[in-house]
Amino acid sequence: MTIKPKKGRIVIDSKLCKGCYLCMSVCPSELIVISAELNEKGYYPAEFTETNAGEDRKCTGCAMCAVICPDIAIEVYRG
Amino acid sequence: MEKVVFKRPKYIKKAPFHYCPGCGHSIIHRLIAEVIEELDIGEKTICVPPAGCAVLAYDYLDIDMGEAPHGRGAAVATGLKRILPDKMVFSYQGDGDIAAIGTAETIHAANRGENITVIFVNNSCYGMTGGQMAPTTLLGQNSTTTPGGRDKDRDGSPINLSEMLAITKGAVYIERTAVNSIKNIRKTKKAITKAFKVQMAGLGFSLVEILSPCPTNWKMSPVDACKWTDDSVMQTFPLKIVKDETS
Amino acid sequence: MRGSQVIGEAAIRAGCRFYAGYPITPQNALPEFMSSAMANLEDGTFIQAESEIASINMVLGASMAGARAMTSSSSPGISLKQEGISFLAASELPAVIVNSMRGGPGLGNIAPSQGDYFQATRGGGHGDYRTIVLAPASGQEMADLTKKAFEYADRYRTPVMILVDGMMSQMMEPVIFPDPVNLTELPPKPWVLDGANGRPSRIIKSLILGTVEMEEHNWKLARKYETISREIADAETYMTEDARFVVVAYGTAARVAKGGIKRAREMGLKVGLLRPVTLWPFPERVIREMSRSVKDFLVFEMNTGQMLDDVKLSLEGRSNVHFYGRPGGIVSTPDEIAKVVSSLYYRQHLEED
Repeated sequence: MTIKPKKGRIVIDSKLCKGCYLCMSVCPSELIVISAELNEKGYYPAEFTETNAGEDRKCTGCAMCAVICPDIAIEVYRG
Repeated sequence: MEKVVFKRPKYIKKAPFHYCPGCGHSIIHRLIAEVIEELDIGEKTICVPPAGCAVLAYDYLDIDMGEAPHGRGAAVATGLKRILPDKMVFSYQGDGDIAAIGTAETIHAANRGENITVIFVNNSCYGMTGGQMAPTTLLGQNSTTTPGGRDKDRDGSPINLSEMLAITKGAVYIERTAVNSIKNIRKTKKAITKAFKVQMAGLGFSLVEILSPCPTNWKMSPVDACKWTDDSVMQTFPLKIVKDETS
Repeated sequence: MRGSQVIGEAAIRAGCRFYAGYPITPQNALPEFMSSAMANLEDGTFIQAESEIASINMVLGASMAGARAMTSSSSPGISLKQEGISFLAASELPAVIVNSMRGGPGLGNIAPSQGDYFQATRGGGHGDYRTIVLAPASGQEMADLTKKAFEYADRYRTPVMILVDGMMSQMMEPVIFPDPVNLTELPPKPWVLDGANGRPSRIIKSLILGTVEMEEHNWKLARKYETISREIADAETYMTEDARFVVVAYGTAARVAKGGIKRAREMGLKVGLLRPVTLWPFPERVIREMSRSVKDFLVFEMNTGQMLDDVKLSLEGRSNVHFYGRPGGIVSTPDEIAKVVSSLYYRQHLEED
């Protein structure tokens, strides 16, 4: 029986994000980039590249981004 | 079937943190909230916030909060705990608060073995007031009151308060951790959990010193600040269990 | 019992269950008394703190937890406690602070004085606040006012100072103590920090960054102080009904002045004593009313002139105000005061009809 690798996804609240990019520095699959658009507070928030990705996405929901995010701006889902 | 793996803990209020991008305070607040939820002590915990960036901790942690004057957290916590021995009492203090103006209160609370927990957030500067030298500022580190960097002859060397407290007979558990990496964040959470368990068991004084990045006053990006913690801060303040008499 | 011990016993009976203090002469008998009194209680806490500052902050914490808490010291130690007192007032927390005044300023000496009147009534600490200040003048009054101190502190949620001097702390007089209060019958405190069990979490703080909210808070405190002034201002009068000359004095000075006034009355002088019992709120109304018939007041203090200001402010120029002071720890004799009173009396031609 093949073990299906866990799929995950994250939601970054761009209003809370302060552009510290610690999440970017820890994501093992490099799935977070700097957004090109400023948020209300004047930061370029972090942006998840796989928001609209399908079953072939790489995010495993390891949650390291959320663990290091100082602003609790990231929610993580798995399954 | 999707399940939520990570979300805002119950004991963190909805308000967005006022802390700087990459500040360790927000991470530490969250860890404390997670720990008190896991230990199911949120409804019997009282926190004594400091003067410093975390003076507004009461806007974030959804537990009873009693503000102390600058440096006096350990004394206020002592008064609270002596009257309410069945409740959990912890002070949350920065390095200036605890190791400059509050040195006496901290050492004596430890010496008396007050059954409180102290969360000591060490960012090697006075953050809220704009980056002046703190007792834990490193030699050579720049600050607004040490032109040219901290100089041993002019300014004295940084102080290792945790090691000093270990000498007191009343201090039972002291550990130094950091929040500059996933691994260290997880260790910090374990240390906070252990410290609270020490208090729950009535064993005596517990303290967790947490090296916390201060990108704004160190004048670095958050990612660089985390690296600098590894490369420089830990040379003076090594991560370790400073004292553990619980076993 | 010595004065300090009277205050201690009265405090225990008033429900004080937390005391933190530091040794300083001339009030050491109080922490010593409290150490054994608290040890004999199941729910009592005594801490000899590492400093004056630590002890006021321990009282702050104990008060947040709902206890009737007390600290004590003498002049230089009270200076150290000022930040804590300001925080108590700002956070609206009850507490009792006992000051046994000694010679000052600086290290001064250990003899009795009244040099801390300004410190006690003008704040001493920073910001717009007032501390209730009670000034007993006898052993019995030390017992009675200590009980009142805890009641006022709880009722108004504010710090209360019991202001005595080194002589009061040491003197021994017979005292009848009020009955001990039943702690369970005290009014509840719905604001204490005791863990948010089944209720929203509470914050006790004094930081108010927003200027609009801070102004509101300052006016709220000011209204509270106005209420306190209306409700508890108190003074004792002695032979003032037909007096043409009134000595204004408190505490030990008032005891001495009373002796002087008795002697002056024997000489036929129509002299009386007005003894403020609350130094804050100052009994302005009593003095102002008295000024309708009394045109000469002599303020006698064991300092270089502090309550003098409050007497002048109260009178608003209606009568003459004279001053006689002995600072530095000197305790005058009744004869001395009688001489001062009589020479002023004749100088003001008060013997004429």
